Amino acid sequence: MPTFSGFILSQRSDGLLLAALRLCAVASAGVLLLIALFLLAESGQGLTNIGPERLLFDEAWYPAPDASNGQFKLLPMLVGTVAAALGALLLATPLGVFSAVFCHNIAPTFVATAYRRVLGVLAGIPSVVFGFWGLVVLVPLIGQFEPPGASLLAGILILTLMIVPTVALLSDAALDALPRSYAQGAAALGLGPWATATRVLLPAARGGVATGVMLAAARALGETMAVLMVCGNVVRVPDSVFDPVRTLTANIALEMAYAADDHRAALFVSGLLLTVLVSVLVLLAHRLDAEPAHA
Amino acid sequence: MHPALVVAGFRAALLAICAASLVVACGGQDGAQKLTITGSSTVAPLAAELAKRFEASHPGVRIDVQTGGSTRGIQDARNGVADIGMASRALKPSEAELIAHTVALDGIGLIVHADNPVAMLDDAQIRAIFNGQINNWSQVGGQSAPITVVNKAQGRSTLELFLDYTGLKDAEIDADVVIGDNEQGVKTVAGNPNGIGYVSIGTAEYDAQAGVPIRLLPMRGVAASVANVRNGSFPLSRQLNFITAAPPIGLAADFIAFAQSPAAHADIQRLYFVAAQ
Repeated sequence: MPTFSGFILSQRSDGLLLAALRLCAVASAGVLLLIALFLLAESGQGLTNIGPERLLFDEAWYPAPDASNGQFKLLPMLVGTVAAALGALLLATPLGVFSAVFCHNIAPTFVATAYRRVLGVLAGIPSVVFGFWGLVVLVPLIGQFEPPGASLLAGILILTLMIVPTVALLSDAALDALPRSYAQGAAALGLGPWATATRVLLPAARGGVATGVMLAAARALGETMAVLMVCGNVVRVPDSVFDPVRTLTANIALEMAYAADDHRAALFVSGLLLTVLVSVLVLLAHRLDAEPAHA
Repeated sequence: MHPALVVAGFRAALLAICAASLVVACGGQDGAQKLTITGSSTVAPLAAELAKRFEASHPGVRIDVQTGGSTRGIQDARNGVADIGMASRALKPSEAELIAHTVALDGIGLIVHADNPVAMLDDAQIRAIFNGQINNWSQVGGQSAPITVVNKAQGRSTLELFLDYTGLKDAEIDADVVIGDNEQGVKTVAGNPNGIGYVSIGTAEYDAQAGVPIRLLPMRGVAASVANVRNGSFPLSRQLNFITAAPPIGLAADFIAFAQSPAAHADIQRLYFVAAQ
């Protein structure tokens, strides 16, 4: 690190620092490894006792041991999770990307700075606050048009609010990282701000924008409390956005404390599934980011 | 929360419980004494209040109250993870080897939105609403509007008790919204003029008095009130129990005796439960 170049560090303190850094790195990686191993071990019972085909094709989800001998259909919850996350991404991506363009290209500096602060605060609001607002305001509002109100749509809207800042801030950072000559070149060619943004800057920053979208997707998939409060949590594949859904995360949160044996193992399988989904997204985000976007 | 974190947190909690029970096992009589109580989220606030007052009058005693549902409370008491388990129901025949110490009673009442004109429902109507045979309020004397059925998630003792009362099976209930705790149920019905759900009467009565737009329906002609749960006339009520694996001794015995004594009545009433005689 350049900041250390000014100091005269002895070999020994360098060695100590190196050892400490290595320890930290191994510990962080080790925790992740332990979580993965633990999830695998705990889901093992579920995968062997219940089996993947029952998790997909059982008649329903009645996992409690004294109810109907246990049925373990996770599929509707997988559909619910993916539908809520995809819906939120469809709304949040254009909103986030264009608010980044607004911030970067169009707004005066003081407006842009204030806007970034607002997005930062929005990103930091605890999810349970969004959920509470959704439960007492959004759900009754939707319920006036299409009862019961607690629905996939409510979940999508709440998730959108939560992930817009991620998309916007990361897109903004990607635009910021572009060489100034791109914007100057576009201006020299006589392009307006709209054409500059959509034809020059966004294509050049697509790697960073895609990273933001992937990370936002990971957050949407993993969100628990807010969707638990607004989605209705009925285990059924939804026919429309006004139908209630239960996500995998909500399922774990609702039933974890009450689950034993195969039921508990089935919840761990859903945890494993989520972890794999999120890991794939994060890896994908890295790949997209590594792509030579402005070459 | 990230699911991996949930799992990790859960594991940490398990470890903490194991560690706590080790401390109890090793600590024994000398020095600081520790009591671990786990189980029903309905009983937990009461246990926590009682624990606070018990600790105040017994220096050197630490009581650790953790929630996780009646099923967990019974499991933990059975395998010794907890000194006392909490369960918001009576013991089942399969749990006959355990001992239940009734601390208080709680009633479960049906709630509808305050603007709902329906004054009462008989048992057959309740059953038909919850299994989806009746799906419009006009069929039971209300305005023409689809009924939003609010059900509890699997494993909750409130659900078990409700199923027991109505004779319905889990799979027969046609729910529009599934909720976790009582407060979520109250808020869901308060926000939906066509909703119907069932929650703890203590919670519902408190919220209704505080101005939340919900109304408790009578059952079998008996008004759903704390008073009627106390005098035993309300048909859908449950015991709030402390569960032990063996006749309690030492600290656990002292605490249970305290919880069942008149000294605990003020706390029980403040939480809208009903003291057991």
